[in-house]
Amino acid sequence: MNIERLVAMVNDIARYFASEPDHATGVAGIADHLKRFWEPGMRRQIVAHLQEGGEGLDALAKLGVQRLAELDTK
Amino acid sequence: MLSIVDIDRGTPAVASDKQVTLEIDGRRIQVPEGTSVMRAAAQAGISIPKLCATDMLEAFGSCRLCLVEIEGRKGYPASCTTPVAEGMQVSTQTPKLADIRRGVMELYISDHPLDCLTCPANGHCELQDMAGVVGLREVRYGYDGANHVFAKDKQGEANPHFAAKDESNPYFTFDPSKCIVCSRCVRACDEVQGTFALTIQGRGFESKVSPSQANRFLDSECVSCGACVQACPTATLSEKSLIDKGQAEHSVVTTCAYCGVGCSFRAEMKGEEIVRMVPNKDGHANHGHSCVKGRFAIGYATHPDRIHTPMVRNKISDPWRIVSWEEAIAHVASEFKRLQATYGKFSIGGITSSRCTNEETYLVQKLVRAGFGNNNVDTCARVCHSPTGYGLKSTLGESAGTQDFDSIRHTDVVLVIGANPTDAHPVFGSQMKQRLRAGAKLIVIDPRRIDLVRTPHIQADYHLKLRPGTNVAMLDTLAHVIVTEGLVDEAFVTARCEPEAFAKWRDFVAQDKYSPEAMEAETGVPAAWVRGAARLYATGGNAAIYYGLGVTEHAQGSTAVMGIANLAMATGNIGREGVGVNPLRGQNNVQGSCDMGSFPHEFPGYRHVGDAKVRGSFEADWGVTLHDEPGLRIPNMFEAALDGSFKGLYIEGEDIAQSDPNTQHVTAALQAMECVVVQDLFLNETAKFAHVFLPGSSFLEKEGTFINAERRISRVREVMKPKARYADWEVTQLLANAMGYPMHYTHPSQIMDEIARLTPTFHSVSFAKLEQLGSIQWPCNDEHPQGTPVMHVGEFVRGKGRFMLTEYVPTSEKVNAEHPLILTTGRILSQYNVGAQTRRTANVMWHDEDRLEIHPHDAQERGIKEDDWVGIESRAGQTVLRARISERMQPGVVYTTFHFPGSGANVITTENSDWATNCPEYKVTAVQVTRVDQPSEWQKRYQVFSHQQQALLDAAETP
Repeated sequence: MNIERLVAMVNDIARYFASEPDHATGVAGIADHLKRFWEPGMRRQIVAHLQEGGEGLDALAKLGVQRLAELDTK
Repeated sequence: MLSIVDIDRGTPAVASDKQVTLEIDGRRIQVPEGTSVMRAAAQAGISIPKLCATDMLEAFGSCRLCLVEIEGRKGYPASCTTPVAEGMQVSTQTPKLADIRRGVMELYISDHPLDCLTCPANGHCELQDMAGVVGLREVRYGYDGANHVFAKDKQGEANPHFAAKDESNPYFTFDPSKCIVCSRCVRACDEVQGTFALTIQGRGFESKVSPSQANRFLDSECVSCGACVQACPTATLSEKSLIDKGQAEHSVVTTCAYCGVGCSFRAEMKGEEIVRMVPNKDGHANHGHSCVKGRFAIGYATHPDRIHTPMVRNKISDPWRIVSWEEAIAHVASEFKRLQATYGKFSIGGITSSRCTNEETYLVQKLVRAGFGNNNVDTCARVCHSPTGYGLKSTLGESAGTQDFDSIRHTDVVLVIGANPTDAHPVFGSQMKQRLRAGAKLIVIDPRRIDLVRTPHIQADYHLKLRPGTNVAMLDTLAHVIVTEGLVDEAFVTARCEPEAFAKWRDFVAQDKYSPEAMEAETGVPAAWVRGAARLYATGGNAAIYYGLGVTEHAQGSTAVMGIANLAMATGNIGREGVGVNPLRGQNNVQGSCDMGSFPHEFPGYRHVGDAKVRGSFEADWGVTLHDEPGLRIPNMFEAALDGSFKGLYIEGEDIAQSDPNTQHVTAALQAMECVVVQDLFLNETAKFAHVFLPGSSFLEKEGTFINAERRISRVREVMKPKARYADWEVTQLLANAMGYPMHYTHPSQIMDEIARLTPTFHSVSFAKLEQLGSIQWPCNDEHPQGTPVMHVGEFVRGKGRFMLTEYVPTSEKVNAEHPLILTTGRILSQYNVGAQTRRTANVMWHDEDRLEIHPHDAQERGIKEDDWVGIESRAGQTVLRARISERMQPGVVYTTFHFPGSGANVITTENSDWATNCPEYKVTAVQVTRVDQPSEWQKRYQVFSHQQQALLDAAETP
């Protein structure tokens, strides 16, 4: 899928969770959201994108995707 | 004219704790205090003659036919306007009363045509019935005097009292010569519909019914709801279909297939032909009212454009080939199997429909999950109310509105945000107006001055005309006022909500940055108004929020829904009558299609596919192993199609090529697929890109259920056989069997039994129970055997209510020098959604093209005048519409409807979407508007392509 679109979508999600005062909860929120609502192929693609440097991903989004990668390998 | 089966008790039912006992014609009867003598008599099985009384309207007391004698009282009081009293003794039949009634009827008939045998009301005329009841045998006054009956007098001179028939309305006629001036039409327009389009002009013999000061009906303020036609006791106001076809011989109760109000109708039939649709007085959602769409715009079901045979083609540039059902189904199954064998199990999917029944929707998602072996199923709620599901589930614990419509009768403050009920949910809009006229306060939050802001006898207390895209800012600033001014219902919050989440939320909204003063620059709404509105909402008594797509179709749609739930919880406005959070659903079965497990991550009843226990229950029942990961959402399907991994799509009753944003992106995705299957009534925009067309059935052609915006499950009944042989559920079943997943239902009731078996909130629902109760609001199970009108009573579905943080994140869709205006979109009363149905009816007389509404200031700056062609350009595309200069919009904001495909409204909208659900941001697009003199490039291409596709349809041949 178009990676820019996926990046934009993760950034949108991260911007929602950015207001969470507890940083760790925010990161977990992003990962949980992606896990619950994103089709696995999209998840694999965004994780791979992060592993290649994660161009375009906001800082918090990167942490969320990183956490997602951990959830998905469990 | 009333329904052929309705019993009219003369005056409305009255609710009272106190019962009154009286005697009518020697029969003792007990009725609630406040009941009229007429209604009490009707309840005892005694009919009192009447003409101006009908139980949809308040008593009026003008016809003098319903007079009675009451022991100990002087004179002959009208039974319609006389309330019962304890111990009252009433006589309805005495020689004196007979004499008076005959005299009254004699006067009526002396000014009424005697063409009964050829009159459309013949067989169901109340005037004729009353003449019979009172024993009228002669009219001593003759017909030579002043009258409204004849166009000319005996000398051939024009009769100044005569008025010709008004046939301007496409659906009904107004024949003043038959009018008895009972005022039922006027009162129906006032009391029921609330439009106040009709009046009685003149006094005494000069009195006549007049639409908007002697206009023709079509030119008047009349909204063609038909309440006046239904109320008319004679043929003065008659449906044209009744005039054409004569009286119906039977009547079938069914549910309207237009908006989310879900009105109950009696389809009045002659064999398999509909004579007219009459709203059902016993209908729990609509109580006998309807709008111009539901009552009149049903001609699409028998329109010549309907396709009755399956068709197949290899490429979309090929002519269609008419094939048998067997061949079409075998072809789809073989193609889908080929695609899965070539590109993998996940390369195909399905889209369910909010216009189909629950049973049909359920089967499509079952076919995808069990037959295709993946979870690539979604529904058009993706583009309308998916944020409602997300937002309400997160906060309250259930993805649905909290109330029934009748709840508004107990509301003191109505808050409408991002909804336009008088256009998009007209029958509930009328109910809302009734409550507002009775004194409830009104807050409207909308960038546009919708009709409700100022309409007869209603004026919004606050209209917060915010900038499009700032809903969350507005909700947060309202919350700020409630929290910082000490208006929180602390007792409610303490007892009912999670304390930690509340504390976090309270600190969050109390930040100075969310004060109305700080937010003024963002929302454009004066701080003092925001404070006033927040105080009114929090302290004005029972406060209820009604919202629509103006909330959900934003980049922060889900955040806004959570913001709404936060407000309701903070002020204790949830869990009883008169309050709540009420999403007004766009299409008839949006709620149902969501309930039925249409989303790629959820089974029926909103349970995640990853939940092993839930999945296990479906696996046991369906006899297959199910995938445990979410599938693709509709916009994901488009992306996957464009990257070559998604190849086949089964679309039941949706038109994504018109309704989804960024049209050119959607059509490119459709063209990238190898097998697009469209099941629909018409060759819609999506079908022009399809390889297989399976003819669908209208709501008149099948059995099933719809669920409206108040979670109300209502029956849809077959009044005519499916025009293309199969109802939609049967087509899905054929396809499942051909794909190798067996389904053997013989009636939709068996599908509902399966839904009930597998879905806790539907456990006690069955067709038999629906027959018994008329309709049921889910949850309906052992705990709530009769259903649940009001949810979250005593406790939230999720236990404790959870306040969610709702940071305002401005949309990335911003105005700039290139695109300095914001385009927002909406609906109009006479048209419905993509217009596939309503465009094929006479409703086009009210709206035959989408226009761009633009503020005079913006128009003047661009040299644009009314009716000019204007180009509207966004970063996604360009289209051309005619301009309508309007002050409904604020400067800087333009508006259009999207009912005509050639308008290309979605050519302009972008791929931006709600962060949580990917619901498109339809309501905010930065655009430039310029005067032009020709259609856009897209429109030119669209015209050519559409003509080609029509030609390929016309060339369709049986091999």
